[in-house]
Amino acid sequence: MIFNALLIALREIRRNMTRSFLTVIGIVIGVAAVVTMVTLGRGATEAVKQQISKMGSNLLVLRPGQGWGSWGAPQFSMADVKAIGDQVPGIASIAPFVQTNVPAVYQENDRNTDVQGTTANYFAIANWNIGIGRFFTDAEVAEAAPVCVIGETIRKELFGEGVDPVGCKIRARTVSLEVVGVTALKGQGGFGDDMDDNIITPYTTVLRRLTGRGNGQNINQVMISGKEGYPSANIVADVSLLMRERRNLTGNEDNNFNVFDSLQLADVISSSTKVMTSLLGAVAGVSLLVGGIGIMNIMLVSVTERTREIGIRLAIGARAREVLLQFLVEAVTLSCVGGVTGIIFAYGLCSVLAEVVGAPFLFDPKINLIAFVFSAAIGILFGFMPARRAASLDPIEALRHE
Amino acid sequence: MTGEPLIELRGLTKTYGSGDAAFMALCGVDLTIQRGEFVAVMGPSGSGKSTLMNLLGCLDSPTSGSYRFKGIEVETLNMDQRSLIRRHALGFIFQGFNLLARTSALENVELPLLYRGYSRKQRHQMAREALASVGIPEKERNTPSELSGGQQQRVAIARAIVTNPDTLFADEPTGNLDSKTTREIMDLLVRLNSERGISILMVTHEDDVAAHARRVIRVSDGLISHDSATSRP
Repeated sequence: MIFNALLIALREIRRNMTRSFLTVIGIVIGVAAVVTMVTLGRGATEAVKQQISKMGSNLLVLRPGQGWGSWGAPQFSMADVKAIGDQVPGIASIAPFVQTNVPAVYQENDRNTDVQGTTANYFAIANWNIGIGRFFTDAEVAEAAPVCVIGETIRKELFGEGVDPVGCKIRARTVSLEVVGVTALKGQGGFGDDMDDNIITPYTTVLRRLTGRGNGQNINQVMISGKEGYPSANIVADVSLLMRERRNLTGNEDNNFNVFDSLQLADVISSSTKVMTSLLGAVAGVSLLVGGIGIMNIMLVSVTERTREIGIRLAIGARAREVLLQFLVEAVTLSCVGGVTGIIFAYGLCSVLAEVVGAPFLFDPKINLIAFVFSAAIGILFGFMPARRAASLDPIEALRHE
Repeated sequence: MTGEPLIELRGLTKTYGSGDAAFMALCGVDLTIQRGEFVAVMGPSGSGKSTLMNLLGCLDSPTSGSYRFKGIEVETLNMDQRSLIRRHALGFIFQGFNLLARTSALENVELPLLYRGYSRKQRHQMAREALASVGIPEKERNTPSELSGGQQQRVAIARAIVTNPDTLFADEPTGNLDSKTTREIMDLLVRLNSERGISILMVTHEDDVAAHARRVIRVSDGLISHDSATSRP
């Protein structure tokens, strides 16, 4: 009986392509909107997470002053770094960080870039991988060896793409730095910056040879990575407490430093994109509902328009429940076709928009399944009333209908 | 079973509405029709002949009285059971043809077979045979709008006989046709009656159409006023 109803329903749909197309289009738009919104939203959330994890997973940064660019606030010392590393629980690794902008020269090529001075710990903290060669060692840090690891952008600008620069010497101001490695490509950072445009050397080399402040009192930032699963908020609190103590800040004095927590930032950003996703999804859901009402509307009109057809079917021996099933199957078939078409549309739309937005394109089977089941449910829900009306027609009246 | 009449009505009444507004369309009709008869039902509009035909065609149920169709007491059946009688034993032809629009002749003829659950192959074969037996085998791909009135009525007759029914109900089958086509359609009905033994009940206004039947029943004011055999021309 179901198979028969499907056959009859499909014939009716095929015979009335224009009407069927108009019925379906609402569902197509609704499903495409929902799936696109949710897929892009998830892609955006994922993009934020990926970019933040490029900076380093569980990364915390101790910076001078309050917020960004606070000039004049006291910097940190190696003693601070050691104290934090020794006394604050939950820390996996810690590294000092100094930065200075210098022109780097190799043969006839030159480029203004950041030289970052740190220890070997930094590579793990900031999620650096080695592309060619090696990272520098703690021994090289201790003796302020003139060695450096360069980013892909520096390699391209100074040596040319694909050239192995290991063993070559870059001149930074008066210092000659031997390249020992090239970091693997990181790409664009979370703020649109080029994360591969830098030269990483031992901090001792920067302080003693480049900036000439060799007393270990001019550490710009302290990079900290928290242990996996340890609450980063606790580390922020403990580091703040320790620093206040070391700087003798009394009760009502503000911190003259701040701790940036990448995990917290990731949480804030991804929860706000999630809110946006659900909001846009809900708006798109309304259009799906409107699509469902469109199906009901057209099915109801078509019951009136097709009264005579229903009368003929009843007269030649169709039972009321067979007419009901026919109309229900028509509605469900239309909405399912709409659902599948919508998903295909969404697929195309997402792959184009993901490119534009710059978010990764994550095709989530779950949301597609939900959208499809939902559109089928809409067919049943909104198809039932017209179907029941069709089935309850009196064959004599229906045949007389003009 | 063979001795049993096809249709047996005893004191059949049908009342529309209730209370003061009640209108008695049939006031106790007694009628017996044997298998293989060709009966024309005549009468002015409002006489109750349409009500009678609807009841006989199992499209409606009587208010009182009994209706035995092949021994089945139709007045006790519900809507679905009456649907099944129509599906298995009756065929209908209408004045306005009542074919499905934008649907090929073949698919129109197949329609009753769909509800009887025949396979695709059987449906096609039976529908083609039916179209051939009404004389338009070459029109199977055409939709109703591409056919003349006479051809449309032939498709409708093919649809009515494709299930091999015992009885054909024809409601003014030639009402929309010119006189030449009317003769052709009536010849077809006569042939179906005499060659296949299909009983035919036909409503008509026209005496020359009724003359093709072998028995004429006249209905007036909810009762049968005349019931006589005809001599065929």
